This record gives sequence, structure tokens and C-alpha cells, in this order.
Amino acid sequence: MTRLVEQHQSANTLRFSTCGSVDDGKSTLIGRLLHDCKAAFEDQLAAAKRLTNNESVRAAGEEIDFSLLTDGLMAEREQGITIDVAYRYFSTPRRKFIIADTPGHEQYTRNMATGASTASLALILIDARKGVLTQTRRHAFITSLLGIRHCVVCVNKMDLVDYSQQVFDEIVSEFSDFATRLNVPDLEFVPLSALKGDNVVEQSTRMPWYVGKPLLRLLEDVHTGSDRNLIDFRYAVQYVIRPDLDYRGYAGSVASGIVRKGDEVMVLPSRKKTRIARIDTFDGELEEAYPPMSVSLCLEDELDVSRGDMIVHPRNQPHVTRHFEAMVVWLGERKLRVGGNYWVKHTTQSVRAKIESLRYVVDVNTLSRDPEAQGLELNGIGRVVISTVRPLYVDAYRDNRSTGSFVLIDLLTNATVGAGMLIERQPEDELPSAIAEWHDEVDAPKETSSADLVGSEERAARLRQKPVTLWLTGLPASGKREVAHALDRLLFEAGHFAHVLDGRAVRGGLSHDLGFSPGDRAEHLRRVSAVAKTLNDAGLITIASFVSPTRVIRSRARELIGEQRFLEVHVASPLEWSEARDRAGTYERARSGELLHVPGVNAPYEAPTSPAIVLRPDESGFEAAAKALLSLLAEGGFLRGPDSP
Amino acid sequence: MNRYRLSHLRELEAEAIHIFREVAAEFERPVLLYSVGKDSSVLIRLARKAFAPAKVPFPALFIDTSFKFPEMYTHRDEYLTSIGIECFTYTNPEGPSLDMNPFDFSTQQCCSVWKTGGLLKGLTEHGVDAAFGGARREEEKSRAKERIYSFRDTQGQWDPKNQRPELWNLYNARRKPGETIRVFPLSNWTELDVWQYIHLEQIPIVDLYFARERDMVERKGLLLPADPRARPQEGEVKTVKCRFRSIGCVPCTGAIRSEADTIPKIIEELMVERVSERATRAIDHDQEGSMELKKREGYF
Repeated sequence: MTRLVEQHQSANTLRFSTCGSVDDGKSTLIGRLLHDCKAAFEDQLAAAKRLTNNESVRAAGEEIDFSLLTDGLMAEREQGITIDVAYRYFSTPRRKFIIADTPGHEQYTRNMATGASTASLALILIDARKGVLTQTRRHAFITSLLGIRHCVVCVNKMDLVDYSQQVFDEIVSEFSDFATRLNVPDLEFVPLSALKGDNVVEQSTRMPWYVGKPLLRLLEDVHTGSDRNLIDFRYAVQYVIRPDLDYRGYAGSVASGIVRKGDEVMVLPSRKKTRIARIDTFDGELEEAYPPMSVSLCLEDELDVSRGDMIVHPRNQPHVTRHFEAMVVWLGERKLRVGGNYWVKHTTQSVRAKIESLRYVVDVNTLSRDPEAQGLELNGIGRVVISTVRPLYVDAYRDNRSTGSFVLIDLLTNATVGAGMLIERQPEDELPSAIAEWHDEVDAPKETSSADLVGSEERAARLRQKPVTLWLTGLPASGKREVAHALDRLLFEAGHFAHVLDGRAVRGGLSHDLGFSPGDRAEHLRRVSAVAKTLNDAGLITIASFVSPTRVIRSRARELIGEQRFLEVHVASPLEWSEARDRAGTYERARSGELLHVPGVNAPYEAPTSPAIVLRPDESGFEAAAKALLSLLAEGGFLRGPDSP
Repeated sequence: MNRYRLSHLRELEAEAIHIFREVAAEFERPVLLYSVGKDSSVLIRLARKAFAPAKVPFPALFIDTSFKFPEMYTHRDEYLTSIGIECFTYTNPEGPSLDMNPFDFSTQQCCSVWKTGGLLKGLTEHGVDAAFGGARREEEKSRAKERIYSFRDTQGQWDPKNQRPELWNLYNARRKPGETIRVFPLSNWTELDVWQYIHLEQIPIVDLYFARERDMVERKGLLLPADPRARPQEGEVKTVKCRFRSIGCVPCTGAIRSEADTIPKIIEELMVERVSERATRAIDHDQEGSMELKKREGYF
């Protein structure tokens, strides 16, 4: 007996979710498992026996409606449906089981996702008489979406189809076809009758054609050990333990990977490196820790580490980002709003976030995508782009369930309204970046520009010019573009190489996805600055013509392009003159309220405080203004004549 | 094959420690509701593990119904003192003023004043925003759907339809002023898990759980302590070797006939046991769904 006690102490756990409706006999199946594994007690059975008045149960010659063992809340029994995730427990000598029992109706997609989030296996029920239904596909899709790698399809009510192998084979084939579009590597099928107990715990004698294992045996045998990520060490600090000044332990759970005493580690976001001095627990020090252990790490150096920080190995870091794409299951009553703000809770961080865009909404029944969808309704699933105010330390959900998952919380009601799973691709430049501020990536790799390969001196000598960006700023229609093109012509005539970057032209290509809000404008100009710098790196003179109305934006451009290569030019034609010659109708539309954020009309224009030169093309004409710029360049030593050394 | 794989119990332990730390980090004034029972004894051990080598950063709270077993008061004082955990005791002043008891009133009325009322007032009194409890989902059908963070409105009431979804191990701690939570770190534990953990960890447990010769009366199929307040009839009292599977107030806690006088024997007994642990609680079967009704009022 003592041996039995110890065996139970060392057994491991399988957490699985069950999807299906009452009609599929799901409650009956779970009731049967609990009953046959003796997890249902006599008083509960007696209560169920008292309440049994289901005709089909009576007709089957059974005394107990097993579903009564599981349908907990009074409201559920009244409605005859299961409205929430219920957790059940049973064990065999080989394994302990935790069932997340979830309802199957369409309006309960959120419950299915909740139950699946902590499961390593999903049990999907199909009524043998009905075959693969829309609901079955939805279950399979959510299973795959939540990253569950093992799936057992229970073809139930085989007793009602005369235990027909043909019926079973057809269902297997139909489901398998559908499953090829999903990512469920381990798929098993069991023909069973929950009501009669066929192939649930014991091998059925009524289906000799089925050579596989009964359900319980499958659940006992499934190997889930290799599902865990033991490679990428991630440790989000939960709490700092400081009993006295000499001890500082960082409490947390090992989300993935393995950490050993003496390991070199890096703390995010500070990126400071140190070593693991001790791995502490109440029961003493450990040599190593692995998921899902809750431990306390002491570091060799005194660093400033607090809740929300993450400890990792320096050679294996998560992505540090403020922008990411994710599949989101919407749990809230009010629909997801694009442009809306929410809290994101990710590992031990809570940060404010904005929904930048909704790429598409998935129809869970057909798997088709609707890119035109305007919002995400309760139980909807969609792909969204999110920006956060502080960086998160993330991995793709398929690689790491812990650093790849997050929830969205409504700012006003505090309700948990969304469950997100990060998508593998992390291409920030592919994001439709309606991004409000410019961000300095903490760990952006140092750019290798082409200038590093062919020296800028060499290029300057060949082209007889030093690259520079002339940044023309001014009100809309103030004559920037005309001056820019006139200068381009003058430079060309003199044997130099320049290129004009003009707002209107660039907008159509580089920034066709952006609007004119302050945020979009900032992102547009960030892209332009990067291009201007690239042209300079190639040895060309860049003539950039952009309204660029704020000092902040222009100083960011200056930073990105480089102080030495940036000349700020104020095209200072007055508003009246500019408005009068505006053929694009910008001013008119702004004054009628049709256009917002037009500098000079309904948004401020901040004139440069110390420009390299101020031009007044309204007085001098464009040619004269361009000549003034040419002189500026010559005087600044950016141009050399054909004969100069 | 089992390298880098935690056993079932250690996995449950890790999950509970994670929950303790989350709450300590995100709430202002947590307390641990300590009832002296086996579940709250496990809670205490887990809380110590979560913050070692520092002290547990919150106090325990004991809701006194005045009907607890004398052994429970002794065990509480000795055990908590020995491990250095501060414990507040709260008694609902309405209890004595109404002379509330389960003999002259119904068990529901008695529980509603002493337990539910005491708990709600005690939490308010101490300005508690998060109360750890030892409830487990396995115990009862309506608890099967309980969240780990169970939200209560400003009246301390539970609305089953308005609970937050809990995904992965991400717990949403955002709350409005006056809203509180009950936290259940043992949600995924079974009765057997609790006993195995007590055995594994050698956690001191009140003697009531062990089989002893005790004076009992048998009423409505329940074996109840022969407490003078229960006014036992002439010849009704008999000495029975029994133990308590779940402990609470003397008048309403039934015992089971048992020979299990050690923890391994209790575990063995449980493995063949066919009656659920709450079957010995008089209050639970007053009516179908009574636990759900109590929870809605603010009980666990």
C-alpha cells in the first residue's frame, strides 16, 4: 500500500480539453470516465440516479444519466446546456487527469479557447449518426489555433449505427481531409459508445474490427513530454524577495528552457549581463530549474531588476518589440475596435496597447478569411496588429506558449476581452505601421550600410560631391517641390547627382498604406528619412520636400540621417500666397472640415528655429531660390568643380 | 524519460506558488483565510514556499463561528506561532447578539450569520482586497466552474455568469474600488492530492482527521459529535472509532467510521473511498444546488 501511495506521488499529469455539445454525449462520456475510474462517489451517483429521467438513457437500459454528474450549475441544468468551462479530476494508477470540459455551441468559442489554453490534448466528440459537423470543424480549428498537438477524435454513439466500421471509416476520412489544413501533428480516432461503455475504459467486443486502444488507454499512453520547450530559457520576474539588505531573490516561474547555477544570463530590458549565483527554493538550493518550476534566482551582480523584467540566456533572446501581429479570440461583449486602446497582460507585464489594424477575420466554420471585416465580435477570431507603449519580450506562440500568449483587458470595465497568440513572423517593416511614435529598438542590430563596403570617401571622389540631404520644410503649396526640382536641374547641369524625394510622389509608393494623422505622418517621415539616408550612403545628394510640420519630426530626421549630412531649409512663403496657388485643393478641403491635420489651417506648423537658410520663393521666384541653395552647397564644400583636386 | 518532468504534486505546487506571487505583486492587502483544516494547512505551506527565505508578506485571517472544535483553536495558536505567521481572528458581533445556533435556527441561517456574515465583515474590517481560500474545484459541482481569481462585487457576492475568462496562467487583477477577489491556489487539487502532499511534506495536521475513539450521536444518517449543545438524548451517545474528513463547526461536522490513524492509512482509505468528502457536511444537502446559492451570497 505504501508503494501505491508513492506511485501516486510520482505520477504525472495530463491536462486535456473536451469539446462537444450535450447532443454528442460529451457529458455522458466524461461521466462514464469518472464513474469507471471511480472518481464519481456513491453519494453523487445516488443523486444522479434520483434525477435520471432522460428517456434515451432509460431506453438504453442504463440506470444513471452520467451527464448529471457533470452539469454543475442550476442554470445549466435548466437550459440543458453547459455554459462555462468546468474542470474535472480523475486518476488511474498511471496518470492523473485534469479535464477542462467546454461547451460546444458556437456562442461558446471563448470557453473552448479558455479550456484549450492549458490543455496538451483535445478530445473532440462526433455523433456517429451525424458525422463531421460545422461544430466539429470549429473544435478542430480552435484546438490547432491554441497550439494543442494531440487530438483524439471520439466517434460516439456507435451503438446507434450498429457498430458499423463503414460509418467510422467515412468519418475518419472526412475529418482527416479537413485536418490537413490544420496544425495537429498527432491525431487519433476511437469508435466508442459512452452510454454503453464500449472502448471507453475497456476494449469493446462489439467492434472487433477496431484494433486501436480504448480511449482511456490512449490518454494514459500519450507522450506529451516533448511538447515542452526546454531550449529557450525565459523567466519573467514576478516578485522580488528581499528579507534583508543582503538577500535579493527574483521569484518567478521557468516559462521554458533550463537554467543552471553559474549560467551567464541577461536581464531585459537593461540588457545587463551577469551570472546565476543560486537557484533557491524553500526546500534548499537547486543546481538547475526547468518548466514549470517556481523558484527564486539570485544573481551574482547587483542589478536593478523588478517585476516585468525577463531573465534569459544572452545567446538565446526573445524578440524585444512594441509591435506585433497575433491571432486574437474575442471574449468581450463589446466588439474589438480598430484604433482602440486596451491593457495587454503578457507574462508579468501589463502595458497599454493600441489595436493598429485588423488584417482579417476568420470564419471558424469554413476557415475562410474576411479582410473587409470592420471589427471582431464576441467569439470571433481574427488577426490583428498591436502596438504597445513599452516593449514586450515575446516569442511566437507555436514556439513558446508562455511568451507567445497574452490577454487584452478593457480599460473601462476591466473585463478580459481578448486572448492573443503571437504569430511567428516578426517583420516590423511588414507591419502597416500607423505607429504613433518613433521608437528606438533596444537591440536593433547595427546597420551595415553599403558605405561600409565601398568607402564614402571613394564615392565622394568618384562623384565629385559630398552627399547631403537638403530638407525643405514649409506649408503645403509653399513652393517646396518647385524649388526642389529646379535645384535638381541645376545640379545635373553642373555634373552632380541628386534625387528629389517629394511628398506627393513618395506617398503613392513607399507610404501608400498611411494616412495623414500625426502618427501616420511621423511614420511616413521615418521611412522618408531612411530612404534619404540610403541615397546619401550611395553618394547622392537628397533633396527632400516635405511639409514636416513639427520640430520633433525634423529633429528625428536629422538624427537618423546624421547631423553632418542634414541641412534644414525653411521654405517660408506666407499662408495667403501658398493657399492662393494651391491647385490640389488641400486648403479648401481643410477649411471645409473635410481634411484634418493640415498644418497652417487646423494643425500647427512649427517654423524651424535655426534653419541653414530661409527661402521666400513667393518673392524671389523658384529659380532664384534654387540658385541660393546651390550656393549654399558650394560654400558648404559639398560640391567640387571638374578641375578641382 | 522523466528527467525534466515534474510529478503531478510538484506541478500543482509550482502552479500554486505562481498564484501566490501574482497576488502578492498585484494586490494591496491580501490575507490567507485559515480555517485550521487540511486545505488551509497546505495553503500555509505553499505561501511559505512562495516567499522563502522572506516571511509570508500577508497575515492569516480566522473566521470564528464560536462552534469550532476546541482542538482547532489550540492547533491554530500553536502551529501559526511556531512558523511565525500573524493571524487575525474575526467574529461577527451579530452572532452572539442573535444567539445564533444551528439547533434553534436552521443550519442555513446559522451559516449565513457566523460564516458568510463573519467572512464578509471580517474582510471589510481588515480592508482586504484579495483573500486566499483553500477551495478546490473537485469538491462540488458548482465549484467545478470556479475561477482561480474569483471576483466578488462590492457586496462580496459571486455572479456565475459574470466571471472573467482565465487563459494560460495570465490572471487579470484589475479591479474597481471596493471589488475584491477570492483566490484559490488549490483549484486543481483533489482531496487525494492534498493528503499526499501533507504526507510528502510532513505538514502538521489537527488530530481530528485521525481515527480515534470519540463520543458520537447518529442523526439523519450522519455521525455527529455528542456536543452538549446538540442536546443528546438518553442512550443516544455511543463511542465510535471515527475520524473527520472535513472539519468545520462541531454541530454540523459529520465523522466517518474509520481505522485510519496515520496519514498513509488515510490515503489508503481515500483510494477505496466511495463517498465524496462533502457528504459529511450537514449544510450542503439541505437542498439541491445549496452550495451555489451560498456562493452567490458571498460564501466560498
